[in-house]
Amino acid sequence: MQVQAPTMIGRARAETDSVQGFDGLAPCWPGRRHVLDLDDFAPGEIVQVLGTAATMKEILQRPIKKVPTLRGKTIVTMFYESSTRTRVSFEVAAKVLGADAVNVAAPTSSATKGESLINTVQTLQAIGADIVVMRHPQSGAPWLVAPRVHAAVINAGDGWHAHPTQALLDVFTIHEHLGRVRGVRVTIVGDVLHSRVARSNIWALTKLGAEVTVCGPPTLLPRDWLLEPSRLPWAVRVCERLDEALDGADVVMALRLQRERQHGGLIPSVREYSHLYGLTTERLRQADSSAIVMHPGPMNEGVEIAPDVAHGPRSVIEAQVTNGVAVRMSLLYLLFGGEAALERSD
Amino acid sequence: MQAARIRIANGRILDPSQELDERGDVVIENDRIVGVHWASGHAPASSPAERVVDAESLVVAPGFVDLHCHLREPGLEYKETIATGTRAAAAGGFTTVCCMPNTEPTLDTASDIEWIHAVAHRDAVVRVYPIGAITKGRLGIELAELADMGRAGAVAFSDDGNPVRSGKLLRNALSYARITGRPVVDHCEDHDLVDGGVMHEGSVSSRLGLRGAPAESEEAAIARDLALAQAVGGRLHLAHVSTAHSIELVRDAKARGTRVTAEVTPHHLVLTHAWVAGFEEGVTRYDTNCRVNPPLRTEEDRVALIRGVADGTIDAIATDHAPHDVVDKNCEFDRAAPGISGLETAFGLLMRLVAPTNGDPALPLATIVRALTMGASRAFNLDLGTLRVGALADLVLLDPDAHWTVDVQRFHSKGKNSPLDGQDLRGIVRLTMVGGKIVHEVPR
Ligand SMILES: [Zn+2]
Repeated sequence: MQVQAPTMIGRARAETDSVQGFDGLAPCWPGRRHVLDLDDFAPGEIVQVLGTAATMKEILQRPIKKVPTLRGKTIVTMFYESSTRTRVSFEVAAKVLGADAVNVAAPTSSATKGESLINTVQTLQAIGADIVVMRHPQSGAPWLVAPRVHAAVINAGDGWHAHPTQALLDVFTIHEHLGRVRGVRVTIVGDVLHSRVARSNIWALTKLGAEVTVCGPPTLLPRDWLLEPSRLPWAVRVCERLDEALDGADVVMALRLQRERQHGGLIPSVREYSHLYGLTTERLRQADSSAIVMHPGPMNEGVEIAPDVAHGPRSVIEAQVTNGVAVRMSLLYLLFGGEAALERSD
Repeated sequence: MQAARIRIANGRILDPSQELDERGDVVIENDRIVGVHWASGHAPASSPAERVVDAESLVVAPGFVDLHCHLREPGLEYKETIATGTRAAAAGGFTTVCCMPNTEPTLDTASDIEWIHAVAHRDAVVRVYPIGAITKGRLGIELAELADMGRAGAVAFSDDGNPVRSGKLLRNALSYARITGRPVVDHCEDHDLVDGGVMHEGSVSSRLGLRGAPAESEEAAIARDLALAQAVGGRLHLAHVSTAHSIELVRDAKARGTRVTAEVTPHHLVLTHAWVAGFEEGVTRYDTNCRVNPPLRTEEDRVALIRGVADGTIDAIATDHAPHDVVDKNCEFDRAAPGISGLETAFGLLMRLVAPTNGDPALPLATIVRALTMGASRAFNLDLGTLRVGALADLVLLDPDAHWTVDVQRFHSKGKNSPLDGQDLRGIVRLTMVGGKIVHEVPR
């Protein structure tokens, strides 16, 4: 069902229809309540989000960055794990669209019992939140919240599981720089086992026809991906050696390495990890000469990525941050698209 | 008032201990079975003084014996009590339950065992046989007084919930327990390998981003235990075996003559890790009611467990009934207490194996009943699980074709933690009798 859209979004839709590089994947937005994971997104829905994001990005470049589409709506950000970058990105997106953004300070101690999450949810109900943006260190926490609130829930990262908006902004950035997604060879390097960014990117990229390779030491790759790749829900190449993984890549995405992995016995040392898997100018010669380099941030420069790569000509890391706001505006708008249309018809 | 003489008339008598599967009557006087008559034998005319229970189209089987359940009393009565847990057992067709000692305090002395017997005498509606701890406080440091507990009526020894980490200590327990004639029950899990895993390590854990407990965390522990039991000639019983390779290890050990028995749970026979992903209809993703230890495994594991029951590698089906309060489950998956409230759904769940629609190897009802009765009884050396003349009148009437919908709010157990809530099951326990006394009855 297509919603009748107000002027601004009318343009968003028009541009979406003509978005290049999706090989005929028609944008669609059947309407959804929550954004918890990308595994249940139809390819057309992702195209819709990206197309709408392109219009949002244009709005962000206007002198007066303000559209009243979500006026009167309350967006609550609730971060059980600190991430200034993601939280601020959502808050800016909300404010540009005219919504009120409220940050609920959430206890971040790992000793805090789950009960407190349920209690916080009740607070959200009392506030009258329309959208809850949540980050939580436990995989699946948004599934605990979503059925218990009237609000729409957007997962801003849960444990090792999913980070849908990061993946959408990554795909948007790839499309922006390469002009297409289908057939693009994307290599994701690093601690894939513990990475929600990798998981969500794999869903988004494979749904749009990209060819994904993941690479890391075997102790930081899910065992079943390594040993039984034929049983995975998507076709992803799994590599233990970086040179092999980089061969011909159009996009190289480095993941953050947590220093705890050394103490957890998963790698001998950060030094050796960096030696084997760190992205350096030298290594990137394996990749396509026009390959772009991405990182979800925050970076450990000198560990998973050399400073000259992070800030070099191939890096699109800054663009990722800018695009994050546009993509989040797009999602917020689409989640309330139906209601925005109603406001206009009044 | 119960009639002193009861005739269960015209049922399908299914008693693996006598290799009996015939239509006929079972006659009970006071607490004993006094007659089993089938069509080819001669059933004496019913006397006017007896009560007749019509068992037409029902299965008459020995009462089920659960080798593994958690009644939570003493100390955790907010989760379950001996009164509520045994009522749940009766509803599930279990006439005997063996309760695990991971209570507060731990059941690790003869007086604890006597206390359970005393409370059971007062509150229980089915037989309660306590299992004593292997080590004091289940801490894995010093042996508990096994012989003393055995004399007080402990039917087995287990630190369930914890494995016995020290191989030396388990070896000593297996050796020392020989004087009690009672098995040592190990919850096989190498905690180092589990490394905080909250579900089976595999395609679902890697998809859901949950920390996985690998199959080898169980298999390595089982391999060690089998070597120790073989070495000292002790009686080892393996709790809740859950992987395909574990089954192979047990099969090989039995072939070598190791004195080992093993159990599986109904949930490991029917559910898989896919339930955690919410792929099953009516199941939500990250449902903490699917968090259980050992975790729900893969389809290959599940099929291997079914084959293990079919060929006798697995001796018993035991529920590992683990009731929890809602606060223990109403939280993030990682933080939820592991366990499924299983007594009341066991039979209905197992019936899914009798006429599988999904290509599973079929498990005949007689095989399931054997594992729930004679198989279980022999594993713990109990004189139960039979309809022989002279035996205690512990029996069930099963209605294998009747459908029902699981509603956890109607459980007798305090533990409403079941992933099966709302599921349609086939197979109802119509009547449960313990020592000639009807303790549960569902009219047709
Ligand atoms: Zn256990």
